Amino acid sequence: MTRPPADRPGFDPGAEAARATAGILHDTLHGTHRGVVVDSPPGAGKSTLVVRAALELASAGRPLMVVAQTNAQVDDLVLRLAEKQPDLPVGRLHSSESDPYDKALDDLPQVRKSAKAADLAGIDVVLSTAAKWAHVKGVEPWRHAIVDEAYQMRSDSLLAVASLFEQALFVGDPGQLDPFSIVGADQWAGLSYDPSASAVSTLLAHNPQLPQHRLPVSWRLPASAAPLVSDAFYPYTPFRSGTGPEDRRLSFGVPSSGSAPDRVIDEAAESGWGLLELPARHTPRTDPEAVGALAQVVRRLLDRGGAALSERSPDPTPLTADRVAVGTAHRDQAAAVRAALAALGVTGVAVDTANRLQGREFDVTVVLHPLSGRPDATAFHLETGRLCVLASRHRHACIVICREGVTGLLDEHPSTEPVQLGVTVKFPDGWEANHSVLAHLAEHRVRWVPGR
Amino acid sequence: MNASLGSGPDPTPPTARADAGVPVRQRLAELRGPTRPPHPLDARALAALAANPGCERRTLLDGAGVDKAALAAALGSPAPYGQSQFAFMRGNAFEARVKSDGGTELLRLLGVADPEAALTPDVSAAGPEGRTARTALALREATTAKAWTLLDHPMLALEVAGTPAYLEPDAVVVHPDGHWTVVEIKSFPMLDGSADPAKVGAAARQAAVYVLALERVAARVPGAEVGHHVLLVCPKDFSNLPTGSVVDVRKQLSVTRRQLARMRRVEELAAALPGGTSFDPSGSTEELLASVEAVGAAYAPECLAACELAFHCRGRAREAGAVEALGRSVRGELGGLSTVAEVLDAAHGRAGDPADPAVAALRRAAALRAEALAARGGG
Amino acid sequence: MSLINTLARLEATRSGHAQPLATTRHRHLSDRPLVLVPLTTAGEAGAPLGALVGTDREAPRLLVVPQPRDRDLRFAFLADLAETVLPHLDSYADDTEPAERNETDPETGKRVKVEVELCRDAPQLIVPSRSGIDYVRLLGRSMRFRRTAEQDPDAPYPAPPHIPLLGRWLTHYGERVRTPGAALLLCATDLLSRHWATGQSSLEDLHLGALLAWIDPPEGESGAEAARRAETGRDARGQLLCPPAGPATDPAFDNALLAPAIDAYDLARKNFAGAEDGGSADARLGELAAAERHVRDLLSAQLLPAWHATWRALDLVRALPEGPRAAERWTRDRWSYTGHRDRVRAGEPPQPRRDSAVGAAQKLASRETEQARLEAQEALDDPLVMAARRLTGEAFTSEVTGVEPAWTETKRPTPRPLVTVRTADLPQLGGGDEQVKVYRSLDGGSQSAEFVRWEAAGVLTLRLLNAMGRAKDPAPGTVPEVGDRICWTLFPHEQRGGAKLPDPEDTPWTHGGPPAVDGDDAHERPDPITPDDLL
Repeated sequence: MTRPPADRPGFDPGAEAARATAGILHDTLHGTHRGVVVDSPPGAGKSTLVVRAALELASAGRPLMVVAQTNAQVDDLVLRLAEKQPDLPVGRLHSSESDPYDKALDDLPQVRKSAKAADLAGIDVVLSTAAKWAHVKGVEPWRHAIVDEAYQMRSDSLLAVASLFEQALFVGDPGQLDPFSIVGADQWAGLSYDPSASAVSTLLAHNPQLPQHRLPVSWRLPASAAPLVSDAFYPYTPFRSGTGPEDRRLSFGVPSSGSAPDRVIDEAAESGWGLLELPARHTPRTDPEAVGALAQVVRRLLDRGGAALSERSPDPTPLTADRVAVGTAHRDQAAAVRAALAALGVTGVAVDTANRLQGREFDVTVVLHPLSGRPDATAFHLETGRLCVLASRHRHACIVICREGVTGLLDEHPSTEPVQLGVTVKFPDGWEANHSVLAHLAEHRVRWVPGR
Repeated sequence: MNASLGSGPDPTPPTARADAGVPVRQRLAELRGPTRPPHPLDARALAALAANPGCERRTLLDGAGVDKAALAAALGSPAPYGQSQFAFMRGNAFEARVKSDGGTELLRLLGVADPEAALTPDVSAAGPEGRTARTALALREATTAKAWTLLDHPMLALEVAGTPAYLEPDAVVVHPDGHWTVVEIKSFPMLDGSADPAKVGAAARQAAVYVLALERVAARVPGAEVGHHVLLVCPKDFSNLPTGSVVDVRKQLSVTRRQLARMRRVEELAAALPGGTSFDPSGSTEELLASVEAVGAAYAPECLAACELAFHCRGRAREAGAVEALGRSVRGELGGLSTVAEVLDAAHGRAGDPADPAVAALRRAAALRAEALAARGGG
Repeated sequence: MSLINTLARLEATRSGHAQPLATTRHRHLSDRPLVLVPLTTAGEAGAPLGALVGTDREAPRLLVVPQPRDRDLRFAFLADLAETVLPHLDSYADDTEPAERNETDPETGKRVKVEVELCRDAPQLIVPSRSGIDYVRLLGRSMRFRRTAEQDPDAPYPAPPHIPLLGRWLTHYGERVRTPGAALLLCATDLLSRHWATGQSSLEDLHLGALLAWIDPPEGESGAEAARRAETGRDARGQLLCPPAGPATDPAFDNALLAPAIDAYDLARKNFAGAEDGGSADARLGELAAAERHVRDLLSAQLLPAWHATWRALDLVRALPEGPRAAERWTRDRWSYTGHRDRVRAGEPPQPRRDSAVGAAQKLASRETEQARLEAQEALDDPLVMAARRLTGEAFTSEVTGVEPAWTETKRPTPRPLVTVRTADLPQLGGGDEQVKVYRSLDGGSQSAEFVRWEAAGVLTLRLLNAMGRAKDPAPGTVPEVGDRICWTLFPHEQRGGAKLPDPEDTPWTHGGPPAVDGDDAHERPDPITPDDLL
């Protein structure tokens, strides 16, 4: 493999990213292919790219539809478009259920909202979810589409909307959680159009000649995180951070009390990573000690007067609750953490599962390791995308809470996976990625026996 | 290639261990029974190590070359395996068919334009060491010759826990560019392009062991590179015509590398055993029972299809009331509770800390279950 | 496995007897099921060895292939199988009732109701085990592309009539199994495991003999003991006391009994073919018949235990009262049967080897809908299933403690009453940003409400959203009253179908465009047969 551009001396992240973006926009606006695929690692400016491409298409007089996967993603894009170009007429196609869109859209006069596509005809940019677009029939196809989070979109979902546009820009992060189905889909494994596969894999299987681009710079992940995330989760498509080690600084006004939570906070502030390791024990998912430790770390993060200095502003930004998130694997774990935080009087911290944190960004994240305390590793807990999402939401630091013994658990994990002929192997797999992340975290370990 | 995906630790550096290996080998021979030759570790057995790497009993017994089938029979829980002669004959007939005419059909599956022109050196020799040496020479010559070459049943060696394991892939093909491809021939069908995923998975793990062993040879041959994609050859649909599919074994390789590296534990496990421990099947049942119990097992129902000793271990796990006897996943929600009695006592309020979420959930489960069953009784 | 089912397994382990997992029967059972117990030849794909088949448990039909490597004998077996199975499948085809179906009018593109026939009942096929289901699918695949002499006079090895047709039906049944909750083809092990928990793992439950032993052990024996014997017990000759329920045979049976019997049959056949005169031919024929009878006896002895076990499993499951919504799902099976009947009658080609892009997506979408439907319906039909959903916070029982009228603040106010309930369950109602909806059964349908807030521990308020009529005030009986006990679910009771997918000929470029349509459709080509195709 040739050396990735990220390793070249004199690498100018801004220039590299601009070059990549220019190439993408050129192919989108002037290319001859029906599709353009863009891989975007965490925080590489995917939404910025989508907004920019939409605005350039619109200003070139080429109306377009935008397909996102969730209502929150659609609303976020609408707000970003409005922020960039307040006079651009935008259509928000929504479902006919109650509360179908973010109320903030009601304050934007240029955004027309409707549950019927016909009401939005003639508007330059119309946005909706893939599920809603799938119900739109009998309209003139759009010349252009932008499909956001295309790696999280299922192939059958693309099948249902692809007749609505002539050509499209597909943007997404291949390292995050794959789409899934609630019933078995093995009978189609290996087919180019396996309906349970990702939209991008079907698209490329049928159109291998499409130009594929990659955003090479993560503006979110700090210099301390980009190499690890890139090596562990994007081994064949490396990226680097847009900022250097000196560009970000996390500091605390209140000095450490010497407690383990404070020490792991200081380790993470210093190095970008912290591992708070509890004694080995098999626990239920809502391990009270781990949940308690997590809540205490969050409490201390907020109590110690944190300040985050970054390239965005000359002055440090106070580390307030809205800049901190807690990530878990399961919903009941998130619920337990919320309860523990409430008991400590913490409000305003986002607590959610990896699935729901996808695409979001915080200064500091505190993560309950998916394998902590488990007697067995399952495919769910080993899924590469889950760990990748949890380890790549932060701008400054990530603190992982975990019970000792996960390395052993991984080593003892039976390797008897079935193999389907013709299915492209996703690499690295979660087992390997977990090993490499743990090996790195071990260098930032603070051991703690709660209650002692 | 990225470092994190790299070749990993060499499982058993053969040269460095020459001295240290002798005592281990002796110790393992004692465990096996002095008169018993080691049960050969083939690729299938090595691949099976990954089926339950947490099981120390299996690691030790396999590492020591103990004949587990004979041991299981001596313990009174014989393994129910065996191969039907119909399947055996079919497998042999299919492999012979694939390799007939100098392997031209096989080479054609690899896309070789002129398979008749391919070289097919003879790699037979006396004894496994001789065949291994002959194979290494043939691979070197073929790589130098830059011509398509088919090696039928070559022999490779891989040192595992101080003992060489001799491995015999169905075939290895050397490409003119120095690429080596492992070929696995199986007699399960590829039906409309797909095959039983469990069987393909097992074949991939087995092929990964061959790739590892080949890499040891390739390291000493300039210009040689072992492909991490192998060719799986199976009968097509309901016929006996061969068809092929290329299988990416990178995942299996990284797992096998790590597990082989962990085979060093065999020495530690052997050293920790009390004196007088022996797995010689000619010993008395009581002695064998004590010896087998001296090393821990990690029984799970999946073992039943993968290990000759499984029925013995199942019996012990059930006697001990281990919840894993009901399946690995059962442990998932039980936290620190690990026996049937502990769980049921906790569920019915006879024991357990109600502040433990596992205990609390079990009590709610028991109450909800009782309520629903009572509702049925009452109509 | 859910914790409540884990608990049931542990209880079974301790007691030595299976424990109930259901209080009602969640699958429709036909009054006249066709049971099929197939055996296959080890190592050969699609080389059947024998079968017991029939609707009368006292009189199964035994079909045997005395030499499975002989294509003619295999064809004869399949022809016999078709002769037994097809009349049963056909016997339901003409008893129909009128029904309505939504179709798209090709002229206007509008959805219109069309009057069609729906078969009043459908034939049900039962096999012993899950691998038996796979085998039905494999048989279907191996037969449906065969050509009979009538279809193709030049076919090198023409199949007997009806074989392709049976292949299509078995393919249909094998594919229908993949629809959650479908009951056209069921296996005894799944039926039993759905309704009982044993004290062994789900892997071990795949063994019909062992599974049945846990649920219905012989008098005076614990389920655990009986299961162990069924699994591993062997007689003095090393043969299993309880032979596997197929299609795979025990290797010890193959090697010790079957292989010599087949060799003897081969020899007898050779001798018969070499007989020189009428007299010796008669004698040789007698030897051949005896050799064949020996193979039949051996296979019959292997098959009968599974045959009886399958019928016994049906008895046990039938003793449970059928869940009300299982009948509704059976109606879908009747539609499925009727639909295939229509396709066969219309002369459509056999099912393709691989689904098209649109076909695969349609199947996946409908199976996901059916999965959600099945989960909801089983919970609504069965308090024990609902208990598992309550345990995971997806449902809760409650008592109404207060009702407060309220209306929307729109031009035409519609009722949105607030209902306060008390619950001892722990529903997962909040925390995230999204609005949580809950549902309850009402008048054969369901009513939805949204979670408003927790008032106190165990007390919460809901706002009713629909099913209260069109007037300003709610219709009588549509709003709960204080003291009512209500089970709310966080999952909807009914499923909406997904979006309509494009027609196959409109498959978009992202999915390879429309499938190629040429005269010689690749999907329909018969499997190539080579002269040495002895298997």
